[in-house]
Amino acid sequence: MEVKKKSGILKRIAGPVVTAVNLDAHMYDVVKVGDEELMGEVIKIDGDNVIIQVYEDTSGIKPGEPVTNTGLSLAVELGPGLLTSIYDGIQRPLEVLVEKMGNFIERGVTAPGLDRSKKWDFKPVVKAGDHVEPGQIIGEVQETNKMHRVMIPPNVKGGIVKEIKSGSFAVDETVIVLDDGSSYPMMQKWPVRVPRPVKEKKNPKIPLNTGQRILDGLFPIAKGGTAAIPGPFGSGKTVTQQQLAKWSDAEIVVYIGCGERGNEMTEVLTEFPHLDDPKTGKPLMERTVLIANTSNMPVAAREASVYTGITIAEYFRDMGYDVSLMADSTSRWAEAMREISSRLEEMPGEEGYPAYLAARLSEFYERAGLVDALSGSQGSVSVIGAVSPPGGDFSEPVTQNTLRIVKVFWALDAKLSQRRHFPAINWLNSYSLYLDQLQDYYNEHVSPEWNKLRSWAMEVLQKESELQEIVQLVGSDALPESEQITIEVARMLREIFLQQNAYDDVDTYCDMTKQFDIMKAIKVYADSAYAAQAAGVAPAQIISVKAKSDLPQIKFVRDYKPMLDQILKGMESEFTTLRAGA
Amino acid sequence: MKEYKTVTKIAGPLVFVEKTEPVGYQELVNIVLSDGTVKRGQVLDTSDDLVVVQVFETTAGIGRDSGIRFLGEAIKMPVGKEMLGRILSGGGKPIDGGPEIVPEKRLDITGAAINPYARGNPKDFIQTGISTIDGTNTLVRGQKLPIFSGSGLPHNDIALQIARQAKVPGSTESFAVVFAAMGITKEEANHFMEDFERTGALERAVVFLNLADDPAVERIITPRLALTTAEYLAYELGYHVLVILTDMTNYCEALRQIGAAREEVPGRRGYPGYMYTDLACIYERAGIIKGVKGSVTQIPILTMPGDDITHPIPDLTGYITEGQIVVSRELHRKGIYPPINVLPSLSRLMNLGIGEGLTRDDHKKVSDQLYAGYAEGNDLRGLVAIVGKDALSERDRLFLEVADYFENQFVRQGINEDRSIAETLDVGWSLLATLPEEQLVRIDRDLIRKYHPKYRKE
Repeated sequence: MEVKKKSGILKRIAGPVVTAVNLDAHMYDVVKVGDEELMGEVIKIDGDNVIIQVYEDTSGIKPGEPVTNTGLSLAVELGPGLLTSIYDGIQRPLEVLVEKMGNFIERGVTAPGLDRSKKWDFKPVVKAGDHVEPGQIIGEVQETNKMHRVMIPPNVKGGIVKEIKSGSFAVDETVIVLDDGSSYPMMQKWPVRVPRPVKEKKNPKIPLNTGQRILDGLFPIAKGGTAAIPGPFGSGKTVTQQQLAKWSDAEIVVYIGCGERGNEMTEVLTEFPHLDDPKTGKPLMERTVLIANTSNMPVAAREASVYTGITIAEYFRDMGYDVSLMADSTSRWAEAMREISSRLEEMPGEEGYPAYLAARLSEFYERAGLVDALSGSQGSVSVIGAVSPPGGDFSEPVTQNTLRIVKVFWALDAKLSQRRHFPAINWLNSYSLYLDQLQDYYNEHVSPEWNKLRSWAMEVLQKESELQEIVQLVGSDALPESEQITIEVARMLREIFLQQNAYDDVDTYCDMTKQFDIMKAIKVYADSAYAAQAAGVAPAQIISVKAKSDLPQIKFVRDYKPMLDQILKGMESEFTTLRAGA
Repeated sequence: MKEYKTVTKIAGPLVFVEKTEPVGYQELVNIVLSDGTVKRGQVLDTSDDLVVVQVFETTAGIGRDSGIRFLGEAIKMPVGKEMLGRILSGGGKPIDGGPEIVPEKRLDITGAAINPYARGNPKDFIQTGISTIDGTNTLVRGQKLPIFSGSGLPHNDIALQIARQAKVPGSTESFAVVFAAMGITKEEANHFMEDFERTGALERAVVFLNLADDPAVERIITPRLALTTAEYLAYELGYHVLVILTDMTNYCEALRQIGAAREEVPGRRGYPGYMYTDLACIYERAGIIKGVKGSVTQIPILTMPGDDITHPIPDLTGYITEGQIVVSRELHRKGIYPPINVLPSLSRLMNLGIGEGLTRDDHKKVSDQLYAGYAEGNDLRGLVAIVGKDALSERDRLFLEVADYFENQFVRQGINEDRSIAETLDVGWSLLATLPEEQLVRIDRDLIRKYHPKYRKE
């Protein structure tokens, strides 16, 4: 549509929300505000008044200053150069901003998301005369160790290739010309608030292996699935998110630091280049895109950061990659919505959050999924959102609305973290709705015993919690003998299997084979223990079997098999002696 | 400069002015009373017909006849090296009888956010000499680690002990303290000042005092002035600055007061919905910058209303800061100083600052084991109250003793006792040595052999 009055004037400024008049605008148009041309987005139109949220600090801006409408929606630039980058919430590259304006974030400085000066080696995979569809892959660029597949934008017509180039190009140079005269560079732009189209969404069947025992072992998430990690402060949300970003077997990781701490982003930036992806052996940074809009950066850009992140994730999915996206924390995103909403003087819903909170959350999580992409490949976006409920109370609106959508719930528990049981995920409250879908995978790739073993472990842990209630009242000695053993087995499951040290070089990542071996070893002990007890051996003797006290150590040993064999043998011979003595 | 006499409404700390020329958002305002007194304020909301000004002092004396002058710039803090050793009001004016500060620079007090890409990695261990901090909740340079306390607890003594003893072992770099008091009593302020003077700490300190009877609204700018000064000392003069902010609860009350005066939609318990962002803009000003010499480390102190850690003030703080040190009324009643309860305490940056080459290779695992042991022993205390000690297993009795030992040997220390990190870890080991070795599941065998007193004697 033709925009008649492209520029208006400011009428009122109150924090990040400003009002302009004499301006033709549509919802979500990007505008430039004031003499310094701060970036903003239209969020409400009320008669002559156009209400704008500004992505930068508005101090010193005066009524009467100009506002210009760009007529475009907030969009991200997608193309080679995304990987290893760190952006703010509106895709300004933070590294470039340091060069342009020093160590602090000043305002009024813009920088394109993708570096225009850098040349990439483009190799076409289609040739002149071929027919190309929207979303089709037309060429490849070796971006890091990952191959960047260049695609026709999904929202154009496609056609017969008239000319396709090969060689070294910047992201905005034309590489392909079609017969209708349209031409495309490697880079494409996509409005962040619109999901990228796909051919079909499918039900996920493969787990996203994370190397974290409690997650993979008890509450797995599928590739293309959604999970939420709610927890009070200090319960380990961020550590868990970072562990997932490090060790999950996704091919691309998008990490959004949304309204969180600056030092945490620094930690990721310092650590990731030195850590290797267990699958490829290449630095983790090479598969990672970071979005950092820390808590003290403008609140409107925080609101946008989540959309910027998921759009980048979808773009890599369309190339056929398995992408995982971590959003830390969705509560800060919701609070940004609340802050903007209250400045608009909208009627508040629960706890001051806007009434559209639930809709926004579900729209966001629904952008996850396993899909047949337009390019013909299969890709996925798994979304893992941290939630920071005030006071650790899960009944608050953000947690509740999130739980209605996500399929996996990892409930962090302050009590567990206080006793340094990490990851502090409560095994009784957490759940995964993917278990049935993933069974076949485990049978085939881990062990046919795995599914049973998992159910057994859950049963023991459940039983323990019931027994603990009795123990609280009468003491553990009053329990029947077999139940004293159950308590001991549960303790082993908790301390050996569930607890995992994220800061230990070896224990930080535990593959499925090792997970299986550890759990199996505990089961072997349990079986022998119940058998011995039935044969009349006293529980105290069973519990103090020496060989099992070495079991926790195998977590810290890389080549653990010889040690494990020795422990199992030792256990067997001790039990034989015990039974003989009974 | 143009003076407007168009005040239409005064409500709480807010003054509404009509028919002005365009005024910038957050611009500084002088309000001239009929007797010539000048009060300061700041623009909160500006439009072509009405400007809302928040006054930093009491509005007593302001009327419709008062003159309003817009100064055309945001609030700036004059800073200079000679600020060290000075005592200023909560609004930044000298109150120690000394001369006005001769500014080398005038800096915007809002302070821009540090670009996350420019941040350096905090990893320099700060030894406070307090075992419960150094051993189990280690502080590092550039961290923001608040003290969560309650009314009547000795948080001020702890803060002073930290300010006195804090050092980076082996470092000789210049060190400064910026102390900002918000709404504390004159008595408390005297306590701080006497200690600063007694130990000579005042020479390397800048003190901002907003006392309980000073205007509440001034508290909104006190921490910002303090942090602007700290950033100047750190990033321009190369000092390692420790900023103590007390009491953040009073700051938040002032924030709520303004929110209410503006008739905003309140968030939890009447605090404004933007309190998270507002607090973040204070706390996030801790840090270090790559390639820049100094650092800003923050220890904000807050008293939890009703000792409730889920109250919005500690809750939002905990979500922003890198951990918290929790002061416990129960330990205080037991006569233990410092009454720091390690169980709910946490330092998120601890792992960056400890370990081989930084503190000692056993640090992390000793700390984990101590936590686990104390937590288990502490849980058992509840059980003992119901079933009695006799019903406990042998193992449980050992852990029960661990909890007592921990409180009396590890937590308890003198107010002037400055333990080195090696001393702290060794106290930890002597406690762990009371447990059978196979109970030390969190420590690998090699470390046990290296540090366990049993092996060290041999």
